[in-house]
Amino acid sequence: MTGLVGAVAQVVVVAVGSPLLVGLMRKIRARLEGRVGAGVLQTWRDLRKLCRKEAISPHGTGWVFRMAPLVLAGTALVVASVVPLVTTQSPMDGVADLFAVAALLALGSVALALGGLDTGTAFGGMGASREVTLLALVEPTILLSVFALSVRVGSTNLGEIVTAAVHDPMAVISPVSLLAAVALGVVTIAETGRIPVDNPSTHLELTMIHEAMVLEYAGPDLALIEWASGMRLFVLLGLLAGLFAPWGIATAGAGPVAVVLALVVLVFKVAVLGAGLAAGEVFMAKLRLFRIPELLAGSFMLALLAVAASYFLA
Amino acid sequence: MNAAGASLLSALGLCLVSALAGATAPRRVRPLLAGLGTACAGAAAAAAGVAALAGQSWSAWLPGVLPLAGARLALDPLGGMFVAVTGAVAVCAAVYGIGYAKHGVDGRVTQATLPLFLGAMLLVPVAASVSTLLVAWELMAVTSLLLVLAEHARRPAVAEAGLWYAVMTHLGFAAIVAGMAGFAAGAAGESFEQLRAATLSPAVRDAVFVATLAGFASKAGIVPLHVWLARAHPEAPSPVSALMSAAMVNMGVYGIVRVGLDLLRGGPSWWWLVVLAMGALSALFGILQAAVASDLKRLLGYSTTENMGLVLIGVGAAGFFASCGDKELAGLALVAALLHVVNHAGFKTLLFLAAGSVLRATGTRDLDALGGLRGRMPYTTALFAVGALAASALPPGNGFVSEWLLLQSLIHALPTSGVAGAVTMPPAVGVIALSAGLAIATFVKAFGVGFLARARTPAAGRAAESPPTMICGMALAAACCVALALAPAAVLPALSHLVAVLLPGHEAVGGVVTLRLADVQGTMSPLLIAAALAVAAALLLGSVRLVARRARRPARLWDCGAGPMTPRMEYTATSFAEPLQRVFDNVLAPESDLAVTPTKESAYLVESIHYRARIPDRIERRLYDPVLAAAASIGRGATRLANGSIHRYLAYGFYALTGVLLVLAVVW
Repeated sequence: MTGLVGAVAQVVVVAVGSPLLVGLMRKIRARLEGRVGAGVLQTWRDLRKLCRKEAISPHGTGWVFRMAPLVLAGTALVVASVVPLVTTQSPMDGVADLFAVAALLALGSVALALGGLDTGTAFGGMGASREVTLLALVEPTILLSVFALSVRVGSTNLGEIVTAAVHDPMAVISPVSLLAAVALGVVTIAETGRIPVDNPSTHLELTMIHEAMVLEYAGPDLALIEWASGMRLFVLLGLLAGLFAPWGIATAGAGPVAVVLALVVLVFKVAVLGAGLAAGEVFMAKLRLFRIPELLAGSFMLALLAVAASYFLA
Repeated sequence: MNAAGASLLSALGLCLVSALAGATAPRRVRPLLAGLGTACAGAAAAAAGVAALAGQSWSAWLPGVLPLAGARLALDPLGGMFVAVTGAVAVCAAVYGIGYAKHGVDGRVTQATLPLFLGAMLLVPVAASVSTLLVAWELMAVTSLLLVLAEHARRPAVAEAGLWYAVMTHLGFAAIVAGMAGFAAGAAGESFEQLRAATLSPAVRDAVFVATLAGFASKAGIVPLHVWLARAHPEAPSPVSALMSAAMVNMGVYGIVRVGLDLLRGGPSWWWLVVLAMGALSALFGILQAAVASDLKRLLGYSTTENMGLVLIGVGAAGFFASCGDKELAGLALVAALLHVVNHAGFKTLLFLAAGSVLRATGTRDLDALGGLRGRMPYTTALFAVGALAASALPPGNGFVSEWLLLQSLIHALPTSGVAGAVTMPPAVGVIALSAGLAIATFVKAFGVGFLARARTPAAGRAAESPPTMICGMALAAACCVALALAPAAVLPALSHLVAVLLPGHEAVGGVVTLRLADVQGTMSPLLIAAALAVAAALLLGSVRLVARRARRPARLWDCGAGPMTPRMEYTATSFAEPLQRVFDNVLAPESDLAVTPTKESAYLVESIHYRARIPDRIERRLYDPVLAAAASIGRGATRLANGSIHRYLAYGFYALTGVLLVLAVVW
């Protein structure tokens, strides 16, 4: 029962908290850059405003363009219900493992890329092309990191990986975990389109990836996309925290108090990670597009080392 | 005779009847009669295969059919699976072919050969002796060659593709003949029963395996023997492409599994590491070429190489685990490989048939010239989307299920398979991941550029939807894909059972709604993932409707205020793949020529610029071109011996005769 409650709670926290996370990160960047910045609630206000505007169907677009935001947000919601953010006992845990989570996130990106291509503009095509290129290069790192993490537990199911880590906290402090954490960290940055891979606040032709794909969306469609991007960021940061610092997550047999506690800990962990990411972005410039593969190749090597270490240290 | 045997024989009989119909019926009803007959034959074959998978076995010895040993046929679960897949593909392709035939392939030869090709493909997995297998194999090669050449009068590229195919398939055949003849020579006879009982020396076993592997791998389009595939599959008429790419290449996998795991009963681990390495190389090379291809059918052909590579990764891993003594994991890997064969057959049939519809409607296969088909060909677009989702191995597609099983089998290998496994499995997982990622890019390109946005040429703008028979053929294939995606449990028990017979052990995968791996931890539920996605999307749609205050409004595209955008400004397939091409520059080695012609008056005024870029198949360039050049130069050198003088030829005859006599006199 606590599993179901926890699962619902984590979906609600992700849905409500992700715009706040984005708002917090923008605020921190603004303060570090010497600006006052908008309040943390500004992202929610933006979403509300977008919902009041009219959605647009540009000439020449079709059902793919209209369905893309729904699929993107739908995959984010499903992933939010699977990943053990609050509880390892989610009823969805057996439904999708870490491979399936990675594939679901990719499905969301693909939907958005197709939406961009459907407009038939140069921007849409460019954004889609860059997005799927990065997606293809990110995939090996994700799957190898999953491999490395699953060796110790003998399973790719997220609930079991996190449960094992909660019960044996010292096992988290190992070269395998460290290497996999760095590799997955790079991947998280690439998947969520943060600096240095993509700049979420740019509209320069030469640099934008995500923004180029969503250029034609307006109103509630755009609100869905912005919200979904926030949810993906929240879920990935939460997943990173859950895999490498699983303390506080409610495991089997935990009571309602543990679920509430887990919620608080989750919000704290994600806020800290988000703040760290935002602070790091202030000191970094975006990489040139064709330098990104080198970054991803580096993270791939780390993931490969993690797998090798998991074998030789086992 | 039981149900399996009866339906198999009726399938073969129907193939003959349809061939007769195709050869004799008047042109007006020819495609209908031959197509219906072939579809019925396919359905009967599928029924036979399913019966065999369910446990019915059947065998026959027909002494009069072939000289010397007669024909031996036997239907067991392994053969039954391939018969069922071939039959199902044939049903879709034949129904589709009824409508497609008007597109210039309703000639007697083509219509009569197609059922024969199906018959030959059905005979290969049921052949139970070396001679029967070889005859069926050659019949399959010859009939498919005739079908590849169906449109030779229209395009010169067809003849070239046919030549490549003929040479490669016969080199492969020679390798299989050598391997199987060596095998039969060491055994008490040539029937598979006797081969199983044979005890051969390790060196002979190695030679048999390597020779047959080369032959079967060339049929499966495995790198570096893939060069014919990316030529022949695009040039064949589309129903034939579907049959070749979804059913015929499987026979290569069948051969490797039959000889390696069944007749030779497994072997040393290096055999299987070679298979795994070939599979990994094919998966990566195939999908990389597909990702940068702009010819839709060539792209699909290279994707076949990729998927057969993934299957061989599974087969190689299965053999490797079996040689390490881990039967459970071996079973899981083989189930994953066979399920991928089934899934690939489903989505590749669908994709090739949809590509054929596009070709029929627009007259081109060039993605750079397509686009905007969404509005004019809505059914084809939706069906291609189903196939593309499956081929890019994303949930809720069927390709995802088999790739998930494959990954599960590989990542659980570390503890038991020793250092060799620890060195091999991580790169194998990386290869599968990269090929999955590149497959996403490939099929986003194929679907997004080919079908969405606006038409890039007037021909694409005039496209019209295909006739109902063609849509029906595609819809059948799509229904199979959806069923396999949502309920893989419908086929997994049968596959697990067949594998448990082949590699003695218990069934590797169980569960109905949620797939459960028997010996390692791992669960995943394709059905519930799809349901969750549907529920989430419906919830979101409902809440957006609730929150949104104003109706959706059509508007102009954002054109930076510079006037309406033309289709020339759209991203093309080439430009879409350009970042990937740059990233993999060292592997692909693209070529480009730029010729700037200045005007007569001044060298600084440009009259015209010609830019040409192409991405050649690098393996072909490096491996085959030198061999072909050497053969050509030997041929040219030989012409000097034959200068047309009759005296010289008489002298050759005289000296040859005396030379032989001298040799005989000395040696005898």
